[in-house]
Amino acid sequence: MHASTSIQTAETQDLVALATPHIQIKDLNVTIEGKRILKNINLSIPNNSVTSIIGPSGCGKTTLLKTLNRLVDDTKGVEISGSVLVNGEDIYAKDAEVTHIRKKMGLLSQKPFPLPMSIFENVAYGPRIHGERNKKLLKQIVETQLRNVGLWEEVKERLDASATRLSIGQQQRLCLARGLAVQPEIILGDESTSALDPISTQTIENLLIELKKDYTIVLVTHILRQARRVSDYILFVYNGEVVEFGKTEDVLLNPQNEITQQYVKGFIS
Amino acid sequence: MNWRLIKDKLAERSFALLLLSSVVVIFLILIGLTMKSVPLLRAESLLTVLTDSVWSPLKGNFGFLPFIMGTIWVTMISLIIAVPLCVLASVYLVEYASEALRKMVLPLMNVLAAIPPVLYGVWGVLFVVPILSDYIAPLLGVNTTGYTVFAGGIVLAVMIFPIMISIMVEVLQTIPQELKAASLSLGATKWETITKVILVKAKPGILAAIVLGVSRAFGETVAVLMVCGNIPQLPSSLFDAGYPLPALIANNFGEMMSIPLYDSALMFAALLLFVLIFGFNLLSRIILNRLEEKAQ
Amino acid sequence: MSNVKSRLRKEKIAKIAMQLSGMAITGSLFFIVGTILYKGLPYLSWEMVSQSPQGGFYIGKEGGIFNAILGSLYLATVSTALATLIGIPISIYLNMYVKSGSFLERACKLLFDVLFGIPSIVYGAIAFSIMVWIGIRASLLGGIITITLLTIPIVVRTIDELLKTIPIDLQHVTFSLGSTRWETAKMFLRYIRPGIFTAILLAFGRAIGDVAGVLLTTGFSDNLPKYIDEPSATLPLAIFFQLSSPIPEVQGRAYASALVLTFIILIIVICTHLLASKQQKHKI
Repeated sequence: MHASTSIQTAETQDLVALATPHIQIKDLNVTIEGKRILKNINLSIPNNSVTSIIGPSGCGKTTLLKTLNRLVDDTKGVEISGSVLVNGEDIYAKDAEVTHIRKKMGLLSQKPFPLPMSIFENVAYGPRIHGERNKKLLKQIVETQLRNVGLWEEVKERLDASATRLSIGQQQRLCLARGLAVQPEIILGDESTSALDPISTQTIENLLIELKKDYTIVLVTHILRQARRVSDYILFVYNGEVVEFGKTEDVLLNPQNEITQQYVKGFIS
Repeated sequence: MNWRLIKDKLAERSFALLLLSSVVVIFLILIGLTMKSVPLLRAESLLTVLTDSVWSPLKGNFGFLPFIMGTIWVTMISLIIAVPLCVLASVYLVEYASEALRKMVLPLMNVLAAIPPVLYGVWGVLFVVPILSDYIAPLLGVNTTGYTVFAGGIVLAVMIFPIMISIMVEVLQTIPQELKAASLSLGATKWETITKVILVKAKPGILAAIVLGVSRAFGETVAVLMVCGNIPQLPSSLFDAGYPLPALIANNFGEMMSIPLYDSALMFAALLLFVLIFGFNLLSRIILNRLEEKAQ
Repeated sequence: MSNVKSRLRKEKIAKIAMQLSGMAITGSLFFIVGTILYKGLPYLSWEMVSQSPQGGFYIGKEGGIFNAILGSLYLATVSTALATLIGIPISIYLNMYVKSGSFLERACKLLFDVLFGIPSIVYGAIAFSIMVWIGIRASLLGGIITITLLTIPIVVRTIDELLKTIPIDLQHVTFSLGSTRWETAKMFLRYIRPGIFTAILLAFGRAIGDVAGVLLTTGFSDNLPKYIDEPSATLPLAIFFQLSSPIPEVQGRAYASALVLTFIILIIVICTHLLASKQQKHKI
């Protein structure tokens, strides 16, 4: 939990990040029912930082996110070529084991989807399926993770209540805690705040900024202000291609590509 | 590989096995029925069997025409009654009725669907048959016991209400609001919109619902058997008795072993039903699946 | 603009026609139940439902249809249980393990849709000829096999419909926690639990009411069902046989038996409805 990276300066952190990237994408092409959704993607996502994928709707940003943990596998008529390396291992290799890969990546979906069980069980579900039977330890994990997302004080009296009783903002934090409980290395967010009110959105954003010291975070968002607020790097995707990738301020304030400029200025959306 | 993955694989394999075996059973049924029918078809050609109208197993005559006609009569009568009623009622439910009314009526259709055939039969015997013989037939100057294809058709019509209503309502609900709005804004009345736009658009779905109704009517056994007289003849009017195919099987299985070729003939009847109903169902399901895909 | 009036009149007539059709269809239900209630109630007695047929039952003397009620309950319970055990894994397999949109998935789902429409008389006929062929006589076992085959498609279809309503994100979320497909499937079963009961009740209702299938395979007996390889009475058949009797007393019992079956079906329907409308505890 308490990685040593937290005491590094921003600069050295960048160096570390670029040295051994968690996620590397090589020549990735995704076709869905004959349509090319992603074209020749090549990039390395920096560690311990927030990378936002932005771009107009339908540009392939969600598909890109879902190729990272192979959720795209379930899409009808999908063909994938190229490779995605997580910790240097190709997750699209023939002998790759999907559940193991997915465990490394927590997903925070658009809307909160609490599992049909109690608050406690939601967080404990992941550790439990991965073989944790010790009740005391489970309790500890649940408390730690709920504290991590700042939900503990709000729910500690009613851990056995159904998770659906929580407000939608609380539910999303619960989902984050549930994802963290399986000890991922990477957090993937798919427009994770789009269903939330401004205050809950802020809470989640602050949490993500907080969490990046321990995790590599990749977010899909269509809100530029959000990308500016939370991310260190921005990846602009257009028509299935990576148009621009760089530090947040570079991409947003000084975009190199014309399409990026137009998008950032709001001419295309 | 850890235990969890093994469990997952195990589940996958055993589920696949279950699926495979149930599919195999269906093919076995088809093959079994065909093999059993072969002796009959060796003795007489398929054409003769289907078009001959003499049924006397003791003399070795196995003409299926009376039964085919019996089935067609009751099915047609039930469609003539049920289709207009169901189309009108489902249009009403979708286009006019309030949400509350719809929520009340549709579950009642489920109740109607849940009533077992034998109870429809009892109702037919207690109500439809006497009404026909005591009131309607005398009105038309006909003398009958009431056990007629007409009675069979009425009972069947009520039995196919639920399946037709539920599918028609579903189909009508998929018609986009914009389409209706376009027609209404051109100054068409609601009824004109319904006949000229909605029903035209919903035609394939309604057709599929009717085909499902037909296949249901084709296979219904006991309810019809109880009210339609069961005389192997070619019906020539509403008030003639008829003898549908399923009733033939149900009534005669007991003695089929003692007369040569009889069992083969009854299995041929089952095969005929199976193939026809399989075909009808396949047709309507394909139409409905297409519609559903389009709607998405 | 004279035709506006006639157009509006047409609209009015059409609306009335539609209302009448709706009433006729809905009314038919109350009519059927009402007829059976009216005819059956006078003959219903405690003796009817608590005793087996005694000597002279079929000429209108004492006895009841307890054997048939029990037989039907046995038959329907066992076949529904079997159909559930076979049907749920099949729909899980088709929804979770087979690639969505693949030929296998579409073909199998279509097949079960089609099988749903195959009448019980066909299942009964083939089961009967197989039983003759391998030399089993009409028995509870034969009925159970036939009715199980009949109800599997019901379970598969209903569960399939339920699984389709689960948001894809729930699947993604569970997968993201590192669940295997089987673990995710268990989660889904939990999610659709009230619906599963509905499916089971639906299958049970169909099983307990079927005549054509049991007519050929289960036979009939005046004794209480004791062994699975012996013929057994079933409620729908008891109604069917008694109704064809010329003796008014016996016919009356048929009405009363029909009433009993109606009650059972109504109870099932009401339970189904309550389950369906009951708020799921963890509904998303």
